Amino acid sequence: MRDNSYRAVMSRRNEIMLKSVGIDYRKYENGAIGFDYEALMRDAGYSLDEVIAIQRASGVGGTPLKELKNFTRLVRASSPPGYGARIFIKDEALNDSGSFKARRASLSVYHAKKMGYAGVVTATSGNYGAAVASQAAKHGLKAIVVQECYDSRGVGQPEIIEKARACEAYGAEVVQLSVGPELFYKFLLLLEETGYFNASLYTPYSILGIETLGYEIVEDALRLTGRLPDMIICTNAGGGNLTGTARGVMRATKEKIEIVGASVNLAGLHMASDHDFNRKSFTTGHTGFGVPFMTNPDRSDVPRSAARPLRYIDRYVTVRQGEVFYITEALVALEGIERGPAGNTSLAAAFSLARSLPEDKIIVVQETEYTGAGKHHQAQLSFARSQGIDVRFGDPRTEVPGRDIVLPEEPWMIEAFDLDLDYMRRRRIENQVKGLRRITDEDLEFLTAETNADEDFVRDILEEMKVRIGGKVS
Amino acid sequence: MIKKGAWVQIKKIILAPEERAENIPADSKNVPLIMWVKGFLLEDAALGDEVAIETITGRLEKGTLVSANPAYKHDYGDFVPELLEINKKAKGIVFENER
Repeated sequence: MRDNSYRAVMSRRNEIMLKSVGIDYRKYENGAIGFDYEALMRDAGYSLDEVIAIQRASGVGGTPLKELKNFTRLVRASSPPGYGARIFIKDEALNDSGSFKARRASLSVYHAKKMGYAGVVTATSGNYGAAVASQAAKHGLKAIVVQECYDSRGVGQPEIIEKARACEAYGAEVVQLSVGPELFYKFLLLLEETGYFNASLYTPYSILGIETLGYEIVEDALRLTGRLPDMIICTNAGGGNLTGTARGVMRATKEKIEIVGASVNLAGLHMASDHDFNRKSFTTGHTGFGVPFMTNPDRSDVPRSAARPLRYIDRYVTVRQGEVFYITEALVALEGIERGPAGNTSLAAAFSLARSLPEDKIIVVQETEYTGAGKHHQAQLSFARSQGIDVRFGDPRTEVPGRDIVLPEEPWMIEAFDLDLDYMRRRRIENQVKGLRRITDEDLEFLTAETNADEDFVRDILEEMKVRIGGKVS
Repeated sequence: MIKKGAWVQIKKIILAPEERAENIPADSKNVPLIMWVKGFLLEDAALGDEVAIETITGRLEKGTLVSANPAYKHDYGDFVPELLEINKKAKGIVFENER
């Protein structure tokens, strides 16, 4: 009988992955640390046109880009004269299953079906689960969604409970776990037991599925405004949203558009902590995922993640929980659309960043998500109160994640805070070369691409770390 | 007694505290990793019994029977009056000159 202890299963992870994704990641590896990312993406074997056709046939994509005119007026009410960029939103909540995650799921599930898998398994507590379940329903495949849902008291995060309901409504089996990264252990066991496809968020299929979003934004903006957007803001967690969007933009235009990542600031809360689990009001789009995945993208559930945000990001900002809830309500009040709070993270950032751009500039917020019982900002604020979090009006800068949620007294108090990307680039390099004394020229090229930095920047850090370049790898 | 074939939820310990990963915070390491899963009950049983179920994908799982016909009880929570204030303020700023 197979040894299914934690240690034994984790040691079989590469073998399980190979079977469940159908990609031999080893063939892309080069040098001591590098790998050929573009070859991995190319070998997935789907052109942009094919992806668009697959998505249109399954209720995904072609969502409207909407100008938020009243929302922009709120921005301008507190901007210096002549300032306050026009804000547009890509209403991704209108995809089947209610979020942009449908783009990621559509290609993954299509591919699983094509490869002859009987079902798909995915590890996610977010909208992606519902997206996979919805797409699996269309293709007649079985689906299993593994969620981190409850703390050890059995108290469930209402947003995740809602997502479980949605997954089950689409016919998926939902395996719910208490808090901890060993979720991956159960995930591996399920892949091994069922032989299903690993519909990971981080395969090339998942990222190719988002490229259509970036591509559409450029097309939509040209049609509606006659020009390119100046800035696109992506809510950032595992980095796939930003990576796919930026790649799609680059397919549509050679012109440079500033790509901004935005995450909810959850500093101080530990993502693997049973106690902290229900003290946060955002289950995704936050710094607890955004920062570690930026500096170590391969910490995901496949050997090499196709989500590599540091390659594409130009600016990374954080906003606070209370600010995002405020903006979620302002969107309802001024534009008459109710959308889920986590998806509005980038909208909160846009509110702040638009105030420092002239009126003729264009900002695109590239997603929205559905809302409803459990997910709604009212449900989340009420739940936070029930967990002892102090919800109040005040100066948002005083908010301490896990202790309070501070709703801004005035909208102009909303302020996106810039994170230091050079620091993240440095951490990215350190994480990758840790323990090595020498890397190859190919590795240097890889690190330069990974960090989207000058080669000299990379060389300086390597020199500080006493890592040599070229010659035979030690 | 819950009848064979009923739609139920079970609970099971996946990893005891001593089996949990090394690199996790103490508050998580001190408690077991628990799983909840739903399926069709394979034999008549009572709440609290150790039972086997067949999940919707046809897998077999065993664990403690915790509920029959498990319902979704999540909602919009208690009313949060602050949201009304935000709504009024945003409208006031944007539309005040039109009235």
